[in-house]
Amino acid sequence: MRRNDHRAHGHPSWWAFWLHRVSGLLLALFLPLHFLALGQALRGPGALEGFLRFADAPLVKLAEWGLVTLLALHLTGGVRLLLIEFGRASDLRKNWIAGGIGVAFATGLAFALSLLS
Amino acid sequence: MQDKTLDVRIWRGQGPDDGGRFVDYTVPRLDSQTVLDVVTHVQRVLDPTLSYRFACRVGMCGSCAMSVNGQARWTCRTHVAKVVGGDGDVLEIAPLANLPVVKDLATDMTGFFDKWARARGQFQGAQTRQDDFARVSPATPERQAADAGIECIGCGVCYGSCDVVQWRPDFLGPAALNRAWTLVNDVRDTARTERLRAVAGDAGCHSCHTQGSCTERCPKGIAPTLAIAGLKRTVARAAVKGEL
Amino acid sequence: MPGAALRDAVAQARRWYWQRISAMVLALCVVLHLAGMVWAVRGGLSAAEILSRTQGNLLFAGFYTVFVLACAVHVPIGLVSIAREWWRWSPMAAAWFARIVTAALLLLGLRAVWGVYAPGA
Repeated sequence: MRRNDHRAHGHPSWWAFWLHRVSGLLLALFLPLHFLALGQALRGPGALEGFLRFADAPLVKLAEWGLVTLLALHLTGGVRLLLIEFGRASDLRKNWIAGGIGVAFATGLAFALSLLS
Repeated sequence: MQDKTLDVRIWRGQGPDDGGRFVDYTVPRLDSQTVLDVVTHVQRVLDPTLSYRFACRVGMCGSCAMSVNGQARWTCRTHVAKVVGGDGDVLEIAPLANLPVVKDLATDMTGFFDKWARARGQFQGAQTRQDDFARVSPATPERQAADAGIECIGCGVCYGSCDVVQWRPDFLGPAALNRAWTLVNDVRDTARTERLRAVAGDAGCHSCHTQGSCTERCPKGIAPTLAIAGLKRTVARAAVKGEL
Repeated sequence: MPGAALRDAVAQARRWYWQRISAMVLALCVVLHLAGMVWAVRGGLSAAEILSRTQGNLLFAGFYTVFVLACAVHVPIGLVSIAREWWRWSPMAAAWFARIVTAALLLLGLRAVWGVYAPGA
């Protein structure tokens, strides 16, 4: 049987799905690392401090911004899904996709500005 | 007067076990030409061995559903001008995705309708011809929800567009679930519990990820995504209350 | 409907339901967490700063415990869909994957909460 390719995927709702799934996957991979890092505090404040100084590296800061943005994207996309599934949406709420992406990047920007301050 | 031509690639295959391949044809390009016109021209003039389905050719029956440039459409309602841009562009015509291919552009819709039945897409009533008519107000939320989905003619475009159908072969699919939702909202129906059971589970509504390709492509403007969302709510509520 | 199939269908319905409930909890937690992070990383972040706010702080510990529990419910259910649909794992493999992820998130997450709450290590 024939399979669909990217041409069948070229609409906002599909991209919202893909973004939601991929952001969730990346966050799921990150989460254990996040817990391990914080758990360093069990070895004393020195161990946690050591990790935080490692995290000062610009590349790490960039990754942090990325993660914050991914989390915000997953959140706004998820809220859209909750509204479609539990609310009485009459369509696929594509305007919420745009709004959600906007809010997510605004959050990322706020975080970036805080990092740089 | 110059004769414009259109380059067409049509998928040809002998059956479900034949790998199949695209074959190139050149047809006259006309004004107000639909994709079905193109397929018909190929079969009548260029290659009588081409197999395809159509019936009404006026956008009522859904028989002519095919994949046009990778998107499921009714070919009788798709103007070539809408899917082919410039003069050099190729028109690609293939059978609907997610269905076994019988030959060339004709797919085997048995599985599609089997899933319709598995989702309990049949009305079951308790009244006889001796009883009075049922009185159902069109203004109630249930009837409006049902009315939003009852125009489905089972063309398969939504089913052919859904990735979850591709990833989970048992998934009942948007059309079957949409039909189930219209019946869940039919106050005259008496098979509610069996139907909710039928649409729960991995093969049912809970596997829909709201990709929305079905809603995007439905030629009748139905939104199976929203019907399935309704089923998710209803099934979950029934499961929690122990009614399933 | 045969018994096993019905039980499976009910289990799926519950999983969907729990994922959405945990999603609502997480929506709240994440908004608060993100706001907190944007505020906290101003002017740099140090262990002393973090620990001075979290050690002995029951409200913090309570909030983040709820956060970890919600994650432990929400993340595995999402990962199972990916495992079944994109990686083509069998239902059994995906179910075990979910159990392992749940256990790991609970273990590491609650350990982390304790790590920053426990006074003076």
